[in-house]
Amino acid sequence: MDDLYREVIIEHYKNPSHRGKLDPHDISFADNNPLCGDHIQIDLRVDEKGIVTEALFDGHGCAISQASADLLMESIIGKSLEEVKKLNKQDILDLLGIDLGPVRLKCALLSLKVLKAGVYGLGEASDDLLE
Amino acid sequence: MTLNVNEIRNDFPILDRETANGRRVIYLDSTATSQKPLQVIEAMNEYYRRSNANIHRGVHTLAEEATAMYEGAREKIAKFINAASSREIIYTRNTTESINLVAYSWARANLKAGDLVILTEMEHHSNLVPWHMLQAERGIELDFIPVTDDGVLDLEAYRTLLARTPKLVSFTHMSNVLGTINPAAEIIGMAHSAGAIVLVDGAQSVPHLTVDVQALDADFYAFSAHKMCGPTGIGVLYGKSVLLDAMPPFLGGGDMIKEVKLRSFRANSLPHKFEAGTPAIAEAVGFGAAVDYLKNIGMEGIAAHEHEITEYALDRLEEIPGVKLFGPSADKKGGVAAFTLEGVHPHDVAQILDQDGIAVRAGHHCAQPLHEKFGIPATSRASFYLYSTKEEVDMLVNGIYKVKKMFG
Repeated sequence: MDDLYREVIIEHYKNPSHRGKLDPHDISFADNNPLCGDHIQIDLRVDEKGIVTEALFDGHGCAISQASADLLMESIIGKSLEEVKKLNKQDILDLLGIDLGPVRLKCALLSLKVLKAGVYGLGEASDDLLE
Repeated sequence: MTLNVNEIRNDFPILDRETANGRRVIYLDSTATSQKPLQVIEAMNEYYRRSNANIHRGVHTLAEEATAMYEGAREKIAKFINAASSREIIYTRNTTESINLVAYSWARANLKAGDLVILTEMEHHSNLVPWHMLQAERGIELDFIPVTDDGVLDLEAYRTLLARTPKLVSFTHMSNVLGTINPAAEIIGMAHSAGAIVLVDGAQSVPHLTVDVQALDADFYAFSAHKMCGPTGIGVLYGKSVLLDAMPPFLGGGDMIKEVKLRSFRANSLPHKFEAGTPAIAEAVGFGAAVDYLKNIGMEGIAAHEHEITEYALDRLEEIPGVKLFGPSADKKGGVAAFTLEGVHPHDVAQILDQDGIAVRAGHHCAQPLHEKFGIPATSRASFYLYSTKEEVDMLVNGIYKVKKMFG
C-alpha cells in the first residue's frame, strides 16, 4: 500500500499543478471510466510547430486517476503531438512509479486514453489507444 | 434468539483465509455475493461425485436421482418463500434474468405503447434497463417513485402516480445501496387497488428477511441463490400460476416443450415451460442446501443479528469525522452501510482497506441513477450477514481512520 499510495501520488491528488480548463484551446476531449464513473477532461494548447505549450485536466475520480492525469499533463508540455501519440501504458506506469492490478490500471490509464483520443480526433477513448 | 456466530463462522472456510499482508479476510461485501457454507459446497460436490446425470428424460438410476434432487430443491425453495405450489418456482440464472423473463414474456404480451410502468429511483440497473429496452421497442412509459433525502420511498408521490393507472409496478424490496427495506405489502396493495400487476426485486430481501409471497400478495418475485449462501448461476422467478400459465414461453428449446413437430411445438406445463435447455442442476442442489442451511439457523435470528451489527456499525461510522452515511436509520434498513469519506475517493478507501484484509465495495453498485440523485459519483459500501461480527466492524472503523491519516 505504501507503494500504491506513494507520497507523490497523494501530493498530486491533493495539490494538482495542472488542474483546470483552457479557453480557448486547440484540443479538448473528455470521457468516463464506465466502471467507476471517473471523469476526465483534457484541454491542450498547441503551437504552429505542433508542440504542446499548455495542458490542463479537469474531472473527478480516485487518487490514482487524478494523480496520473496531473503527472501526464506535466510530462507532455514541450512534447510534439507526434510524440504524444506514441505514449503507452508503460509510460504512465513509469510516471507513477508503481505496479497496478488490472482494476486500478483502468483508473491510471483513463487520462492517457482521453489525451490520445483528443489528439487523434476520435469520438471515443478506447483501450486500443494504450498500446 | 441469539445466533452462535462463532459456530456459524466455522461453516464458512473462506472466512479463515489470509489475504493481503497475511491478514485474515474481513468480508464486508455480502450484498454483492454471500460466502458459501460447507453444507452447500459439499452438497454440490456430492452431487457431482455421486449423482450427476441430465434430468427429466433419463430412466436410469443416476438420471432419476439427479431429477429428484433438482425438483426437491424447487420444493424447498417454494416452502421457503411460502409459494402456493412449486409450479410457481421458475429457475433462472439470477434475479436479472428473472426480471428479464417478466419483461420479455409477460410485458410483451400485455403492454402496448403508452402503457405506464412504475419503478423507483432506488432500483438496481437490473430493474431499470429491461424496461428501458421495452420502452425503446414498444413505446411504454416509465415513471419513478421518488426517494426522499433520508433514503425512503415517497409513498404520497406514489399515490399520485397510481392515479395514472399503471399496468405494472416493479420495485426493490430492499435497496442494495441504502439498505432501505421498503413496505412491500403496502406498495403491492396500493398497486393492486389501482389495477396494476406487481413485480418485486427480492435479491436483497430473501437472503435477510422472512419473505412470504402469499402474505405479500406479490404477482412476481425475483431473487438469486448466490446472495443467500448458495452458488452463482441460479436464481428464481416466483409467479402466481394464473399469470405464468397465461404467459408465452421465453426461451425455446429442449425441456420446455410437450411436443415438437417440424413446423410447430406445444409448450410444456409449469414450471418447465420457462426452463429451456439443460439447466444448472448442481447449482439447484446447492440452492436447496442453502435454503436448508438458512432455515435451520432461522431467518428471524439472522435478521435480528444483522440488525444488531448494522446498528452498531452505523453508530461507529457516524463518529468518524468526514464520514457521511446514506440511507435511513437502522430500524428501517437491512445490513448495508454505504458511505463517503470527505476528500477521499471511494476506490481509494476500498483499496487501502484491502491492505488490512477488509473487503468492502466501491463504486455505484449498479445503481447509478440513485447516486446521481444524491449528487455523488460513488460510495464505499460495507454490508453484513449472519457471519459478521462487531469485531469486524471495529476493524473497518480502524481502517477508515488509517485512510484518513494517509490522506490527511
